[in-house]
Amino acid sequence: MDNKKDVKGFLEFVYEFYKSMKAHEITLVYEGEITHQITKAFTSLTESNMAKEDEPGNVQRKVFHVMVECLQNISKHADDFTSNDFLFSGRGIFLVSKGENEYSVTTGNAVDNNRIEELTTMLETINKMDKEELKDLYKRQMKEGRLSEKGGAGLGFIDIKRKTGKELEYHFLPISDDTSFFLLTSTISREEEDEK
Amino acid sequence: METIKIQGTEDTPKVTLDKEKEIMEISGRSLPEDVASFYEPILSWLEEYAQSPNKKTIFNFKLVYFNTASSKLLLDILMKLEEIHEAGHDVLIRWHYPEDDEDMEEAGEEYSDIVDVPFEQVSYSS
Repeated sequence: MDNKKDVKGFLEFVYEFYKSMKAHEITLVYEGEITHQITKAFTSLTESNMAKEDEPGNVQRKVFHVMVECLQNISKHADDFTSNDFLFSGRGIFLVSKGENEYSVTTGNAVDNNRIEELTTMLETINKMDKEELKDLYKRQMKEGRLSEKGGAGLGFIDIKRKTGKELEYHFLPISDDTSFFLLTSTISREEEDEK
Repeated sequence: METIKIQGTEDTPKVTLDKEKEIMEISGRSLPEDVASFYEPILSWLEEYAQSPNKKTIFNFKLVYFNTASSKLLLDILMKLEEIHEAGHDVLIRWHYPEDDEDMEEAGEEYSDIVDVPFEQVSYSS
């Protein structure tokens, strides 16, 4: 086996990967277990980058909100998934990209197929709601909902839609007969006067 | 009654609950790893305080950020204060928000809609 050739191939891949990240304006990408420490590190990193670039305060706050909710969603739900598949168990992917007009926060993690319906219904319901309906739903859920064992309040998706004013884009890709990869993207406008 | 003083960190708020000095305040950021156990001592303190509250209770919220899980626990605190108010005691909530933070202002309005207790919005320049 020609090890030199392998290394060269790998380094060429790294260059392609770098160009591809640039082309998609990705500023942060992470694969692995998402813990509270990771959540703190990523939010503070992004926060200091945004401050350096003089991003308006409300944009900074919204990006922070969305990142925290997305990361906590994965850290609280990714290990619900018990697969022997080393590729997907208890892990996820997290991306932040920054375009001229908006930031996007994207997460991906494996889910059991029996959760697809529930997630789809929840996301569709939230996507259809207007500002007032979302506000009422948030208040109701805060009052009546219970904190799960892992400390989730069932408010994350509602909050993201409220803070961004944009629909949550999602997609399920099949991994096997009983599991899928769940991808979710939220976009935050960089315009200062964002219609909520 | 015992005083609670918790120093703020990058993910947990600063908390002062002092019955004698009449200071009750939660400020800073709230996204603790385990929200329930962070807020548990605060709720127990209020439970005890409700047995014999001060003549007037002023509770200050001066948060710059809280996550959705914390929002539920903040409501639990407000509901405890509502109970004290319902028992016939004088209670006032002061909700402080940075003047340019509409979302934080709106969060205060929403809480004031949910709980029936005198509520004052106070803006400050950040």
